[in-house]
Amino acid sequence: MSKTYDIAIIGSGPAGLSAAAHAAKRGISHVLIEKAEHLSDTIYKYQKGKHVMATPDQLVLRADVDFEAGTREDILQIWDKQADTAKINIIYNAEVMEISGTKGGFSLKTKSGKNIKAANVVLGIGTQGNPNTMRCEGGDLSHIQYQLDDPSAYFDEDIIVIGGGDAGIENALGLCADPDLENRVTLLQRAPDFPKAKSANVKALLAAKNDGKMDVITQATTSSVEEGFINIDVKDGTDRLPCDRIIARMGSAPPRKFVENCGVEFSSPDRLAYPVLSPSFETSVPGLFVIGALAGYPLIKHCMNQGYDVVEFISGNVDLKPADEPLLAAKFNKLPGQHSVSEWLEFIRTKVEIFQALTPLQMREFMLDSKVHIKKSGQTIFKRNDIGASLFSIARGHVNVHINPDDFSKTVPIGEGEIFGETGLISGRKRNATITAAAGSILVETPRNAARKLISTVPAVKKAVDRIATERQLLQIFGSGLTREDLRTAIDDAEISTVKAGIALITEGDDDTDIYIIQSGSMVVEKLIGDKPVFLSYVPAGNYVGEMALFEDGRRTASVKAAVKSEVIKVKGAHFEKLLSENPALKDKIQDELADRRAMNAYVEGQKSNFSSVADLHGARANFLIEQGLGEATDALLIDETLCIGCNNCELACAEAHEGISRLDREAGTTFAHLHVPTSCRHCEHPHCMSDCPPNAIHRAPDGEVFIDDTCIGCGNCQRSCPYGVIQMQKTPPRKPGLLPWIFFGIGPGPGQASEKWVKKKLATQKNDAPKKAVKCDMCKGIKGGAACVRACPTGAAIRVSPEDYLSMSKQQREAS
Amino acid sequence: MAIPKKHQDEHSSFLAYKNYRYFKLFLLLCIVSTTLYVWFDFTPARNGGTWVGYTLGIIGALLILWLTFLGMRKRWISQGRWSLKGWTSAHVYLGLSLIFVATLHTGFQFGWNLHTLAYALMMGVIISGLFGIYFYVVLPRQMSANRGEMSQAAMLDEVANLDRMLRDAAQPLDDIYISKVQNSINKTKLGGGIFKRISGRNRKCTTHAATRFFREELRRADNITHGPLLDLLSVLERKNALLRQIRRHIRFRALLEFWLYFHIPLTFALLAALTAHIISVFFYS
Repeated sequence: MSKTYDIAIIGSGPAGLSAAAHAAKRGISHVLIEKAEHLSDTIYKYQKGKHVMATPDQLVLRADVDFEAGTREDILQIWDKQADTAKINIIYNAEVMEISGTKGGFSLKTKSGKNIKAANVVLGIGTQGNPNTMRCEGGDLSHIQYQLDDPSAYFDEDIIVIGGGDAGIENALGLCADPDLENRVTLLQRAPDFPKAKSANVKALLAAKNDGKMDVITQATTSSVEEGFINIDVKDGTDRLPCDRIIARMGSAPPRKFVENCGVEFSSPDRLAYPVLSPSFETSVPGLFVIGALAGYPLIKHCMNQGYDVVEFISGNVDLKPADEPLLAAKFNKLPGQHSVSEWLEFIRTKVEIFQALTPLQMREFMLDSKVHIKKSGQTIFKRNDIGASLFSIARGHVNVHINPDDFSKTVPIGEGEIFGETGLISGRKRNATITAAAGSILVETPRNAARKLISTVPAVKKAVDRIATERQLLQIFGSGLTREDLRTAIDDAEISTVKAGIALITEGDDDTDIYIIQSGSMVVEKLIGDKPVFLSYVPAGNYVGEMALFEDGRRTASVKAAVKSEVIKVKGAHFEKLLSENPALKDKIQDELADRRAMNAYVEGQKSNFSSVADLHGARANFLIEQGLGEATDALLIDETLCIGCNNCELACAEAHEGISRLDREAGTTFAHLHVPTSCRHCEHPHCMSDCPPNAIHRAPDGEVFIDDTCIGCGNCQRSCPYGVIQMQKTPPRKPGLLPWIFFGIGPGPGQASEKWVKKKLATQKNDAPKKAVKCDMCKGIKGGAACVRACPTGAAIRVSPEDYLSMSKQQREAS
Repeated sequence: MAIPKKHQDEHSSFLAYKNYRYFKLFLLLCIVSTTLYVWFDFTPARNGGTWVGYTLGIIGALLILWLTFLGMRKRWISQGRWSLKGWTSAHVYLGLSLIFVATLHTGFQFGWNLHTLAYALMMGVIISGLFGIYFYVVLPRQMSANRGEMSQAAMLDEVANLDRMLRDAAQPLDDIYISKVQNSINKTKLGGGIFKRISGRNRKCTTHAATRFFREELRRADNITHGPLLDLLSVLERKNALLRQIRRHIRFRALLEFWLYFHIPLTFALLAALTAHIISVFFYS
């Protein structure tokens, strides 16, 4: 009879390995059972050279094996070495088929018939262990593989990659990266698009397709596989493709059957549900623990901490605080009263409406990113027109909103348990009011990324935030005329939808009266003159459209369409028609406020017969600029080609102002009617580059500029994410001699970006192993005088504009034309 | 596009900078120097040796030094609220004001001497500068219209693309035809010396020659060769049109640079002559 271990750990991924290492360190008798012949099979199967991230940054790693961001190879090498020195007891090539028994006497049966006994069992088997396999005819042929180790190992082959998730896309891109290998790569995807993949990956895929590097077939399913060919069903029939190799990356399912057979309960019958766990990771079976991805935590750091923690719990240390405890304690220690971290978390969770649906673990995670403020009476939290996108929640006390910029004494309170700042968060635009605090208020400030993550991952939070945003916008439209009570039914009925670029929200001549609140993105308002749409105005996020019909005869007087992909809330007009018909005084008041807009419509109407070519050109140009992405810009560089002499002094100035690298390419980009949009950052309202930055190095500065700080790790995600191609990966070039030595003695390459030849020559004599980092326009942040490109333009061709100023046809111009 | 008021100051030509601020300064300088010159009577003659003459001379010399400094300002991207457009505007108008300041300084006493040489060089700089102003005002719009929505790099890429198409189209044809096409592909020259660039054309352009040749051949072609020749010619005509567009582009770029070939060397010659002029006046008068 073999010995009984204290802990048997199944799976040697980050979670299991960390648990085993800690057990080894504490001298607890243990065994680590691994199905494969090496450690951490999931990471082992990552593509060769893949950069593994160590997110979330602020989370402290508490484990007896090391881990930091790096290549797959480095990480695996360190783990192998450390597992060896820690003397972890590992059994390789052992797949556990069955777990029976109870706490103190579990029995684990492996595929090879071996029997292992243990008092406690920790399951760290992840979800990647069993990939979904091909079930069609020929699905068992030998040229089908479910992983890709080295994409450069194949030469001159027809390779089919199945699956449009991140794994499939990364594999396909890896395979066609080197054209010298002459592989012909085709990616098959079942859905019409790629909803599961990161947008950066999707963009890279579509770019590769457009460049002719590979083929992508969507809405395709495999009907059968044979030697040398694959037969597929496509949207309009069937197809037969030559095929030497199939790489199937169709996802993996949690191994629910196996876990359920052990007696473990799951939280719901849903396919993606996780096991029910106690705070110490114990399942419904006493003595059987689940950690890591199978517990719902796919990030490596989380997994490793859980490995450490679970061993502590099993060995009786039930008071162990999570690794982030000291960080959270530091956040709360300036608050009055001696409360513990968990008490404060619970206080905030129960007080603030939008957090009520969060679990204690989710509370911890978002609080790590957040700040806690205690404010004195009258202290300003933010001012109107500040740039800021953080979300504030009021845990105690209240704040005052100064609604009238001309009269500071006019305020509206926001009470305990509510949130504010959501407009800036959702729309990415400037703060629309100044807010000051009442005495002793306790506020939680959650930065943009953490707040957006919270909103997108917890549906209840999204619902609560949307509701509040809608209510506030409606109150703004109707001024002080309506109360929250009046709006209740309208808000309950409101619908959120996403509108693709170019799709009309409101069509001229229709007789609906719905109001749309623009959550994100932007709209253009157009009016048909003859058969031609004429551009009237540009409406950025944080505003509303469609309220005119309520006060007119009920017909839409202009069309509204999305300039970029936008999210809108539709509030049914019928509710307001009723409210207004009951309250004629309110209707009159609002009608006065709309006089200017009506005047614009009347003007365009009056000009129908002789609409000037000036306005026509204005409209055509506005449409061009919106096509170029200016619809989501906050500040963009434009070049008036009627003034540009092509001297490139703008680029020279940019390079001089920024360590020798120009962040703009004047000549590249598109031109329409003498207006040129160069390749240069537009400082988007919701920057694409920010969406997937592992070290969180991209920020928006107080004046609105989007910039990259020194923590950039050079991963290139932002470069791939940017739809405008304005981010470069560059090494800082060596220092140049100054301007005077160049002018008088011709020393050095002169002002501007040095030629590659000069840099190369210079580098031959000095070492420069600094990594490439992402560089982009920062609007000359911190440089007195502002954007160097504009200052250095000798003829006035370079201008910086924001779309509201530039696109909207103001009253004054109407009068002028 | 009409520009909202907020941006009107920013978005104007260098000539109109800050509501013609430097044009106004130019007028003021002209009036003041003319008034000084006419108002005060000097016998036996008005010249650089009188106090008005010295004053105008000092103003003129300082202006010349300051105007020269533009070359440095342009490349010296320092912090602060300067605008190169403002500097250009000032450079243009103050440079023109020298016509009055310096001419009146001479008191119209010209001769075959160093002093008049300095004056002549200065006028040379100003005249070349006038060409510069003209080109800067007129050419950008023409250059932009010629380029359309293409960049210089895109145009050159398109040439390479058409060359590929030419190669394919020439495949089915006889060797004599192929050699003409190869001439177009391998021997077409763009750019060249400054005068060639400014001319905007190339009389010996092999593509142009090939186009003429194939037009003629097409007229005489039989039924079998007519199709392939027509295909080839259509690509050649496209390339020919594109080359004309590129040469026009090169011509505009060359013109925008050309006047500087006079303006800059003359400026340095002027600085040398001016120094000699000042030294000789103070030491030998």
